[in-house]
Formats: sequence, structure tokens, C-alpha cells
Amino acid sequence: MSGTVTLEKIADMLPPYADHLGIVADHMLDDTPVLAFDFSTGVTGRPGYLHGGALSGLLEMAAVAALRSHLATHRNTPARLKPVNITVDFMRGGLEKRTYAIGRITRVGRRVANVTAEAWQDDATKPIASANMNFLLSAAES
Amino acid sequence: MTSISEHAAALEKSRAASDRFDPSVFQGMMSKHGHSGHIGMVYHAHGDNWVELALPYDKRLIGDTETGIIASGPIISLMDNATSLSVWTHLGKFRPQVTLDLRVDYMRAARPGKTVIGRGECYTITRSVAFVRGIAHDGDADDPVAHVAGTFINVEKFVA
Repeated sequence: MSGTVTLEKIADMLPPYADHLGIVADHMLDDTPVLAFDFSTGVTGRPGYLHGGALSGLLEMAAVAALRSHLATHRNTPARLKPVNITVDFMRGGLEKRTYAIGRITRVGRRVANVTAEAWQDDATKPIASANMNFLLSAAES
Repeated sequence: MTSISEHAAALEKSRAASDRFDPSVFQGMMSKHGHSGHIGMVYHAHGDNWVELALPYDKRLIGDTETGIIASGPIISLMDNATSLSVWTHLGKFRPQVTLDLRVDYMRAARPGKTVIGRGECYTITRSVAFVRGIAHDGDADDPVAHVAGTFINVEKFVA
């Protein structure tokens, strides 16, 4: 399990929900995956804008992908992740463009992982939404 | 894709019957289009200041392949819509708004195969902000899957 995480490995980890929204592993940024989706009917809220829930879904997937790659690199035993809570802040309306998101690990302890995620469109310094997500970690049962 | 004219038609239709905002008509239109329709959420019930939407189990929403548990995202979408509709239902009319923040606490995972019901309630409205809360459950409202709290900002004056 331990070792370098490639974009292909991240793509393999993405669940059916990610596929359903058109989420892809776009590129790696400093060993952390950047996920993305294109604007489509499936992620549209009010006409011409992203749905807050779809955007939250992208943030969630980015947080999970960052945590899974961190665990794969730094831990030898596979872990099961259980979301405890998520808080999403919306800063700007998501326009009809490709949207990117990256997760950042705040802390990974034995039981709890604190992860943040940010989403942007044209300019990474102008986030359209951010999320704070806490996970419970447990040993994966076989 | 939901066109602006379809959106306007839904609004008009939701007002037509009694002149009061009707979440069943509004969500009925939205469920055919966009993200709501894409993940399969539908109208379930409503009262004076609350709205319930239903999200039937769908394998395409799975977030954990090993367990078949749906991702967090669809629950957020469900609660975003249910709480948003509860604001307009409480007001009795549509007013343009955007989600400022939404927090979801998970008591437990939704059971694979079960429909998730999202109940959103608007408990306070000011000129600028609507305060909402809600629960998601998969059959028993006394044993919720999640609790949510959030706020919406009124953007009426910006789009006049």
C-alpha cells in the first residue's frame, strides 16, 4: 500500500458517484491529486450555474482523494474512512466552466483526519467554494 | 439543461394555483432537469416552513464501493435543495438566494438500498439571511442519518 501515488491510482480509487458527476483525476500538484469536472446538465443548479451540492460532491471527492493518497504514502495498513462531518462555504457562483478541486491534509491522527478542500475555475487564487471535512479512521476489515 | 425559460415557467406554475409558492410544483419541474434530476431527487412532502425531498437509492451514487454506501455529496445536494425550498415555502414566495454555507453531521451511514428522506426547515428569515436546519433519515425520522445547519443569502437587490 505504501509508495508513490500516481494519477492512475487515484482514478482507480474514484467511486461510481464521481463517475456519475463526470469527476476525473486531472493532474498531480505536489503529490496531491487535483480533481475536476466539466460543466454539464448533471451538475447544473439554477440556470447557468453549478449546483451547490454537485460542487460539494467535487470537494468531498478531492478531500477523500487527498486523504487516500496521504495514507497510501505514509501508512502501511489500509484504513476505512468514515465522514463525521463536512462544512461547505460558498464564495462565488460556479459558472459554465471546468471546475477544479484539491484537498489538503490539516492533520492525520490515529483515529481522526482533518482535511480541507478548495474548488476554483479559471484562477486557483479565487476559490469558488471550500470545505472542511473530518473523518474517522478505522482498520479496514477483510 | 435547464433553460432560463423553463426555470421561469416552473416559478410561474408554482405561483399559479394559490399565489403561494408551491414546493411540490417547483421541485417537480427541477427534478426533470439539471443536478436534481441527475441524482434522482423528488418531492416528498411539505408544511408551513418545511419541505421533504426523497432520494431513492441508486448505485451510481455510491461513494464506498466495498460497502455500497452512497457518498456524502448526494446528501448535501438533497439537503441544499430541501432547505432552500423551505425558505421560499416559509416566505410564501420565491426570492433569489444563494447558499452561504452548509454543515452536515453524519450520525451514521445511510443503509444501502434505502431511500433517503431530507427534511429542510427554515426557522428564521431576516432581510438578508435565511437560517435553515434539517435532518436526513432512511425511514425513521427518530434515527437520523445526518443533521444539517446552513444559511442562505438573499440576492434580490443584486438581481433587480
